[in-house]
Amino acid sequence: MSQSIAQPMLDIHALYKSFNSVNVLNNINLRVMPGELVFLIGPSGSGKSTLLRCCNRLEEPSDGAIIVDGINITAVATDINKMRQRIGMVFQQFNLYPHMTAEQNVMLALQRVQKKSATEAREIAHRELTRVGLGARLTHYPSQLSGGQQQRVAIARALSLGPKVMLLDEPTSALDPQLVGEILQAMMDMKKEGMTMLVVSHEMRFAREAADRVAFMEAGQIVEIGTPAEILARGPESRACQFLSHGH
Amino acid sequence: MDITGLVDLFFNGAVAQTYLPDLLRGAWITIYLSLAIVIAGLVFGLALALIRLVSNKAVVWFLRLFVDCFRAVPPLSVVLLLYFGLPSVGINLSAPWVLWLTLSLILAAFAEEIFWAGISAVGPGQWEASRSTGMTNAQTLRYVVLPQAMRLCIPPLTNRALAISKNTALGTAIGMPELLNEAQTALSFSGNATPLIMAAILYLIIFMPLMALAGSLEKRMAWGART
Ligand SMILES: Nc1ncnc2c1ncn2[C@@H]1O[C@H](COP(=O)(O)OP(=O)(O)O)[C@@H](O)[C@H]1O
Ligand SMILES: [Mg+2]
Repeated sequence: MSQSIAQPMLDIHALYKSFNSVNVLNNINLRVMPGELVFLIGPSGSGKSTLLRCCNRLEEPSDGAIIVDGINITAVATDINKMRQRIGMVFQQFNLYPHMTAEQNVMLALQRVQKKSATEAREIAHRELTRVGLGARLTHYPSQLSGGQQQRVAIARALSLGPKVMLLDEPTSALDPQLVGEILQAMMDMKKEGMTMLVVSHEMRFAREAADRVAFMEAGQIVEIGTPAEILARGPESRACQFLSHGH
Repeated sequence: MDITGLVDLFFNGAVAQTYLPDLLRGAWITIYLSLAIVIAGLVFGLALALIRLVSNKAVVWFLRLFVDCFRAVPPLSVVLLLYFGLPSVGINLSAPWVLWLTLSLILAAFAEEIFWAGISAVGPGQWEASRSTGMTNAQTLRYVVLPQAMRLCIPPLTNRALAISKNTALGTAIGMPELLNEAQTALSFSGNATPLIMAAILYLIIFMPLMALAGSLEKRMAWGART
């Protein structure tokens, strides 16, 4: 009953994307419910990043609809800059602004997009940076932070705008192994606070423990989807199971 | 010629005193003309780079043609062309305007290339990160991309601006009373080389502080460098 009433936070409907007439996404359908953590796994080149980037229109979908919190972000009338504040994105390479301190990185969009005063923006930046454990690094430049710290600044930058859904594209892939844990912890904290998340990652152990559902992509399609337990029960004939049971 | 003769020819106190006012007047013209050239050249160069950023292939092609022409051609030939050629089509520009226009356009052409290289050097990840937070393209350019590009641009821009400002000495060729011209006039009147030495020293006094200023700007923009 409640299933039919609850509205998905992110609803990807019949999504296609091609680059120069090469189909990279081929009829993707995926509903992510509020507070749900969905893991996207699959071989390199299967279209995971492209799918994520379509969800905030860093890539323009060729066809289909993407509905975030009830609003179709692919519609022409939609103000994408307004919607992007509700769709946080975290990149593999962090992409912090190197000429700004941690605090300024977080403050920029608060001031320029949400038109908050410097005082208010700074307050929010301090709160979000403290939440990811960087309260003592506010005035450090990215070059003065470790990879893990930089990625946590990037997470704080995205969270500060009050997003409804977070998209994370291989957030730990550029990190030294000993720094991966702090990012997984930050993701766990986000989940506990009820954030809706779509995550591309190779951290299979984390997927098995923390994901509500795992979607397996191959050649531009979601070919398997289910809870980690369901997928693991499918045994070695299932490609998704092979992937998910692999490694650490 | 003995040593006192040399000193008398190149460091003659009486000659220096006589022509100092003229040389200072020339130096002043050199200074304000240089400033006007640097300001106009940099503003126009940045504008061209920004136009290139938002333009289609055809516009970019014309823009690059303009830039390549002005980078290739010797400044003196443009100065002479504008000064002696334009009147025949009914346009009369005075010597300072010809010099200003020529050198501003040439600096703009070089500056466009430098700004463009700086903007291009800021990776797509910076644009994407900024756009993903709801910033517009213009805001991204203003707050994220240009500040990073500027740091890369300042050393080559400084070199180029100084090199082109020094071409204000070409004013001599079209009778403009800038520093070098005053020095030459003084030379022919006095038959003494002291004014040329004075001009050289004045050029040093004008341009050395600019180099120091650029150096300190560069240091100030070295954000977050580990020390
Ligand atoms: N901007 C682009 N232009 C052309 N092809 C692209 C572009 N981005 C991605 N692709 C292609 O789309 C396919 C899927 O890429 P991607 O989404 O990055 O896969 P994944 O993240 O799963 O490794 C790849 O074959 C890739 O080469
Ligand atoms: Mg990818």
